[in-house]
Amino acid sequence: MSNAIKEADTKAVPVRVNSATKETDTKTVVLRILFYLLVAVIIVFNLFPFVWALLSSFRPSSELFSTKLLPTQLTLAHYQAVFKDARFVAGLINSIIVAGCTVLIALGLGSLCAYALGRLPFRFKGPVLYLILTMTMFPTIAVLSGLFVMLKTLSLFNTRQGLIVTYLIFTMPFTIWVMTQYFRSLPRELEEAAYVDGASPLKVFWDILLPLTVPGLVSTGLLAFIAAWNEFLFALTFTVTDTMKTVPVVISQFSGSSSFEQPWGSIMAGSMVVTIPLVILVMIFQYRIVEGLTSGAVKG
Amino acid sequence: MAKEIDLYARQKRLAWFLITPSVLVVLLIIAYPTVQVIVYSFMKYKLDGVTPPSFAGIDNYAFVFSDPDWWHAVWITVIFTIVSVILESVLGLTVAMVANSKFKGRTFLRVAILVPWAIPTVVSSQIWKWMVNDIYGVVNIILTNLHLIPQKIAWLATPATALPVIIAVDVWKATPFMALLLLAGLQLIPKDLYEAGSIDGATKIKQFWAITLPLVTPTLLVALIFRTLDALRVFDIFYVMVGGQGNMATMAVYNQQQLISFLDAGVGSATSVVILIIIMLFVVLYTRFSRTSFE
Repeated sequence: MSNAIKEADTKAVPVRVNSATKETDTKTVVLRILFYLLVAVIIVFNLFPFVWALLSSFRPSSELFSTKLLPTQLTLAHYQAVFKDARFVAGLINSIIVAGCTVLIALGLGSLCAYALGRLPFRFKGPVLYLILTMTMFPTIAVLSGLFVMLKTLSLFNTRQGLIVTYLIFTMPFTIWVMTQYFRSLPRELEEAAYVDGASPLKVFWDILLPLTVPGLVSTGLLAFIAAWNEFLFALTFTVTDTMKTVPVVISQFSGSSSFEQPWGSIMAGSMVVTIPLVILVMIFQYRIVEGLTSGAVKG
Repeated sequence: MAKEIDLYARQKRLAWFLITPSVLVVLLIIAYPTVQVIVYSFMKYKLDGVTPPSFAGIDNYAFVFSDPDWWHAVWITVIFTIVSVILESVLGLTVAMVANSKFKGRTFLRVAILVPWAIPTVVSSQIWKWMVNDIYGVVNIILTNLHLIPQKIAWLATPATALPVIIAVDVWKATPFMALLLLAGLQLIPKDLYEAGSIDGATKIKQFWAITLPLVTPTLLVALIFRTLDALRVFDIFYVMVGGQGNMATMAVYNQQQLISFLDAGVGSATSVVILIIIMLFVVLYTRFSRTSFE
């Protein structure tokens, strides 16, 4: 009996029908249709711009600059053009190097720090964690001129190393915060057994805890990578030559050789090259990303 | 016993050893530049490499506060923040409740809402800029074909139409984040509350006001503050979509222009300090609301 009520209730959730009272079938059906309509609207609103850009990237220019809505032919010309463009290729390489190195450094230093904050006795744990949480929300615009002068003084202005250093501003605090939560969630018994056997704290970290945090490292690293890959303000401000720009800057500055009209085909093709790997990664790691994103923000 | 004390001491030593590198990095890249920005904000500091920096008192702040462009940027940023954050909350809660119900295709919906979030902001801005292109943009083509507008609109040409478009882009991009946070909040609500509600004969609408909304409010507040902080420092969307136009600058765009276009580190830094103070106020608000436990 109670099972039946439960089942009826869960079935009723999407259509917002009060299961306790008798509803006519028509009303249930109408509500169900409305619900699926809402689902459809949400999906179309979320996917349409991406799908439209994807479609545009395959349409020949003659069709792109017409008022025809649907394509009659498709072409790879824009992709060929984009990969022949030295600025775009350089931007892609710079982005891979900068985002990759940023993530490696942030994860390397950050997870050590997170282990200490999550697992070891440390007097100023509270204040340090508070500071780190505050820093995850630090507005990068606030240190723009300070970093500008600092990079100039250290001769790191307009270099990849300079970008990597500045990108740690938003990746390090985030990594430390999420990984600390991760280390904390691991059961105590694991390390206690190892300590009884006489293992050193560092050995416990390396042999026992680190392997268990691999899923956490993957999701944190992925989120940090996406943040670094998408970063625009620093890349725009701290690089000047085409050989040092990252790919978002290149895409924002795409312009035609002669043009009245911007080369929208190439812009869309470049955009897709930059975006599709991320979209695929997000689909694969959907669950982990959501977990990483909401960590710290929602607590029971 | 002695062994235990020894272990404790070793753990403490290791903790210091592991925390130090991160602390040094953070001090170098966050604390040091912040202090520098505060110092520069009181100096006449041109980045032309010719004029040596000199003490200027509060001149830079006086300049910023008397600059109508700054106040216009504040105005644009505030309108953008209020409208986009409200829309994102309402839509985010709607999407979260839909994603929290059981239906066929739920997983697909959850993946679909992550797509706008994963796309780099510069790319989203370019995609939308193309969609609202005055002649060939899909928005204009569809709206004129449906006879909803008499003629094509140059959306990004004037603030009156550009701001709604920019807000739409931000809503499109940020609603997923909002929805995911709220979804996590919704999942914390015990199911038996709804069961009890149905047994007592409360309608679904009544259950929303009496159970869902009050219990999701703490998460909503946190998400609101997160989004507000992001919106207050908005740069990418405005820079890419309406970059050249002075009448559409936000606080962050104004700040970056002072530094890069006018090479004025003094005024740029003073602007940064003002923005930082505004945002710090919100961070204090956030920590008040969330009351995250640290120990």
